[in-house]
Amino acid sequence: MARKIMFKDAINEAICLEMARDESVILLGLDVAGAAGTDQERDAWGGVLGVTKGIYPKFPDRVIDTPISESAYIGAAVGASACGMRAIGELMFSDFLGVCFDQLYNQAAKFRYMFGGKAVTPVTIRTMIGAGFSAAAQHSQSPYSMFAHVPGLKSIIPSNPYDAKGLLAACIQDDDPCVFFEHKALYTMKGEVPEEHYTIPLGKANVVQEGKDVTIVALARMVQVATQAAKALAKEGIECTIIDPRTISPLDKDTIFSSVEKTGRLVVVDEDNDRCGFATDIVGMVAQDLFRSLKAAPQMVTPPFVPVPFAANLEAEYIPNAAKVQAAVRKTLE
Amino acid sequence: MKAQLSKEDLLRAYRKMREIREFEDRVHVEFAKGTLPGFVHLYSGEEAVAVGVCEHLNDLDRIASTHRGHGHCIAKGVDLVGMMAEIYGKQTGTCGGKGGSMHIADLDKGMMGANGIVGAGPPLVAGAALASKLRKDGSVGVVFFGDGASNQGTNFESMNLAVTLELPMIFVLENNGYAESTSVKYSAKVGSENIADRARGFGMPAVTVDGNDFFAVYEAAGEAIERARKGGGPTFLECKTLRYYGHFEGDAQTYRPKDEVKNARANNCPLKRFAAAAVEAGLVEAAELEAIDKDVLALVEKAVKEAEAAPQPDMSALLTDVYVSY
Ligand SMILES: Cc1ncc(C[n+]2csc(CCOP(=O)(O)OP(=O)(O)O)c2C)c(N)n1
Ligand SMILES: [Mg+2]
Repeated sequence: MARKIMFKDAINEAICLEMARDESVILLGLDVAGAAGTDQERDAWGGVLGVTKGIYPKFPDRVIDTPISESAYIGAAVGASACGMRAIGELMFSDFLGVCFDQLYNQAAKFRYMFGGKAVTPVTIRTMIGAGFSAAAQHSQSPYSMFAHVPGLKSIIPSNPYDAKGLLAACIQDDDPCVFFEHKALYTMKGEVPEEHYTIPLGKANVVQEGKDVTIVALARMVQVATQAAKALAKEGIECTIIDPRTISPLDKDTIFSSVEKTGRLVVVDEDNDRCGFATDIVGMVAQDLFRSLKAAPQMVTPPFVPVPFAANLEAEYIPNAAKVQAAVRKTLE
Repeated sequence: MKAQLSKEDLLRAYRKMREIREFEDRVHVEFAKGTLPGFVHLYSGEEAVAVGVCEHLNDLDRIASTHRGHGHCIAKGVDLVGMMAEIYGKQTGTCGGKGGSMHIADLDKGMMGANGIVGAGPPLVAGAALASKLRKDGSVGVVFFGDGASNQGTNFESMNLAVTLELPMIFVLENNGYAESTSVKYSAKVGSENIADRARGFGMPAVTVDGNDFFAVYEAAGEAIERARKGGGPTFLECKTLRYYGHFEGDAQTYRPKDEVKNARANNCPLKRFAAAAVEAGLVEAAELEAIDKDVLALVEKAVKEAEAAPQPDMSALLTDVYVSY
């Protein structure tokens, strides 16, 4: 059996391996090493939750702490990448996207198309998502749908340590701008991860389990929620397929479609609300292309259309849970 | 300067500073027990800045705050009992438990909110100041922000906007030497020790004061606020200070020299300095300050007890307050 490591260590390992393989890989962000300008030892933080700890001592010239200027340093990651580097920009929380969005939305995303195919911008933005920590409305969101809406950006959302390592390596090597979303609740999740270098192709879904009755599509932490629900449903004789798209742009439509063609039933579970978002997107595609295969109306299990609340009881109600997924699955079987 | 403050003024300012210190020290203790949710950033050590500035303000004046917002709230007159309940995520909290430590706001008190986004305050206060100017009501806007936040584009743009539009606005920089684990020596190489030098380049008066000296902050803020009220435009006020706890609760702080906080607590505590100066000058008596200390201790104890006992928000609160209509 391969060794088991935590999700956050898988990310750290992917960055180290890519930095060792390729001298053009650099890492920029707030306190990604830490203690800059103090008389104390560097690498004091390794990012706010310690994900990049230990990288600075290995690559002191390529791990760069920046001032709190997201527009400038995320933009600089884009610009450096358009000029021969492979920059990894760490945007601490994805909620901070508003501070630097232009550099991704209008710059990184559009260079190649606007410039008639001449630009290559192999930048990777790593950023945290997810509720469940009483971090309230500005530190708990999962806004990947906003990025996935933009042609020219790729959106990657791993759900386990193995995928995190392989997908991040693929992002760093990829020649297009990638935004890599890390759910903070998954950081301590352990799983089997090979020590050696490997990549997972962007745009290839993972079929977590197969079952004949209902197809459940879920991302990041919601894969665990879906799995929990499927286990409970299995006891009642309801068999679920669970598909983790892993990347939502590009999206592996084929895997989702071929499953829904078999089951005729679809439930999408997402930690972001469903207005103009991922869940609606999947349901819309299936409704348009597979209308005749459907045996029931597709269901979405998503938070209500409200900001993430602070109070623990409200936040617990906000986040989709296994009971709600089970209810949605049953609804497709009525 | 001290002479201009009546005894009543002095005792009120001291009480505010003590409220902040006691509140934060208690939140620190409660957080360590594991009873408090979320990210909590404490203001202990920086009391003279918030109080030195806010003692000049009334409820019509607006302030915007930061992630480290409890001190600004208390200084601006937000009810401390409601704040504690908010930090506990309870229905009786200032924001009904929906915001938490990083989002305490009380608009009736002119407190436009703590903020989870570093650098979000300056543009908002530019807007508050613009509203003041257009309404001609003599009110001002004050934005508090850190040395780290001083590097955000929003801050630079707002400085220029405030000068361009001659806004009644005060930029209060709380330079505590660190942004998380990063030293200001690294992140703001201004050529001097003073970030205020940047502001002068934008064309506004800028001063740097000892932020642990209540009287220095009070005097400089008073001048700036008076100028703004009279239509004299924005001012930049840099206050040098130090935070006594980690960046957030749970920070191991290996980036700090060992005795930095210990020395500051012993020799440069804003409350001790205030007390020593005021008592020595014969303006207040030590016993009066001690009475305030006792009072505040009891108030904070009451806040904690009430917060603990308060109910969680009703589930229906999840779906309300998204828009004015629901
Ligand atoms: C846009 C944005 N970037 C980064 C952060 C994370 N963060 C929160 S506080 C902080 C440091 C702020 O330092 P400073 O402005 O000096 O304030 P202090 O904590 O010293 O009071 C950082 C980087 C954030 N909340 N928002
Ligand atoms: Mg600071």
